[in-house]
Amino acid sequence: MLLSAGEWGVVALSAKVSAVAILGALPVAFALAWLLARGRFAGRVLLDGLVHLPLVLPPVVIGWMLLIAFGPTGIVGGWLERVAGVTLLFRWTGAALAAAVMALPLMVRAIRLSLEAVDPRLEQAARTLGAGRWTTFVRVTLPLCAPGVLAGVVLGFARSLGEFGATITFVSNIPGQTQTLPLAIYAALQVPGGDAAVWRLALVSVVLSLGALVVSEGLARWQGGGRAHVL
Amino acid sequence: MSFEVDIVLERGAREIAVRFAAGAGITALVGPSGQGKTSTLDAVAGLLRPRAGRIVVGGVTLFDATAGVNLAPEARCAGYVFQDLRLFPHLNVRDNLLFGARLAGEEAPGAARRLSLEEVAGFLDIAPLLARRPRTLSGGEAQRVAIGRALLRRPRFLLMDEPLTALDPARRDAVIERIAAIRDRFGLPVLMVSHQQADVARLADQVVEI
Repeated sequence: MLLSAGEWGVVALSAKVSAVAILGALPVAFALAWLLARGRFAGRVLLDGLVHLPLVLPPVVIGWMLLIAFGPTGIVGGWLERVAGVTLLFRWTGAALAAAVMALPLMVRAIRLSLEAVDPRLEQAARTLGAGRWTTFVRVTLPLCAPGVLAGVVLGFARSLGEFGATITFVSNIPGQTQTLPLAIYAALQVPGGDAAVWRLALVSVVLSLGALVVSEGLARWQGGGRAHVL
Repeated sequence: MSFEVDIVLERGAREIAVRFAAGAGITALVGPSGQGKTSTLDAVAGLLRPRAGRIVVGGVTLFDATAGVNLAPEARCAGYVFQDLRLFPHLNVRDNLLFGARLAGEEAPGAARRLSLEEVAGFLDIAPLLARRPRTLSGGEAQRVAIGRALLRRPRFLLMDEPLTALDPARRDAVIERIAAIRDRFGLPVLMVSHQQADVARLADQVVEI
């Protein structure tokens, strides 16, 4: 089964949007996961709830919120345009932002689980062996939670590939700019005779998503010795 | 004095006062469980902050509540052999052994002379294990690797929490010999927690009951 040039373009755009989304979301997700796993502060429950919102809210609401905040007249969007001349609306970068926000809860969950699975007694041992906080983090904590972080990355990537509601609300469905896989499938469904394209793109989606799930579960099991699950 | 400890530890709602001064050689901390023996080792290592008091080892103040001194664990130059060993599962035996050695400064004041990996591996009879992962080791092997890791860290003193309980009688004799040899060969003061009367009698130069 061969994809048309346009369909390959859709797949490439999806990959680019998801890759940028995950690269951008990873530091944020790690910081949030660290706070939730290790932090002891007032408002932790509230933060936990906020992080999980994109998982339970209708995606269209997230898209609308992004529109409010990052639109040309929004607080962040207006500022970005004035200061950096950057517009996210109707751009692939906006699609990446929407995908990042929607993938964030899944990434935080996976990374948080893997951080909680790191035995703090090993970190203590590293400290007595002469490692400061940073060295302990780099040499002990990070290698021990790396499979979970990778699982989160893969899972977040898969979620990004499938992102639809927030994307179409925030940056619309513009071929070549914001038309990712799910949006292209939706567009093909609207066109008479688009069935073949829908089949091809849907199959690509299934293969990519299934592959990502298998990889991320495998990574989590590798770390958890056969017990941990990210799903 | 090697160890001068005068601290108040918090254990849940209870407060435990631990106070002793010990000279060179091996000092055994004995007493019923729940009296804060392991907590005392943790406090000396800097992993547990006492409510109040003072910890001085070999003339260096590690903790002094009134003077506001509280050295970080990595700055205390302790070689801590934990009861649960705590070998790093993601590193092989060689990298476990060298973890502290690679971080140890050239001139840790009063530290034992720099030991080589080969020297320690030979001394503890773990040279054939260097490429293995900790989870593939037997209890006795892991125990000796943990001791080696603490020795190679260039410590000024050793802390050992029940170093003999996990071992069968034959292995136990071998490890007792090694611990005695550490004292004699490397001149390191050792603070050891044990509840085995016989081992304490064989090893300890002084016994502190808490």
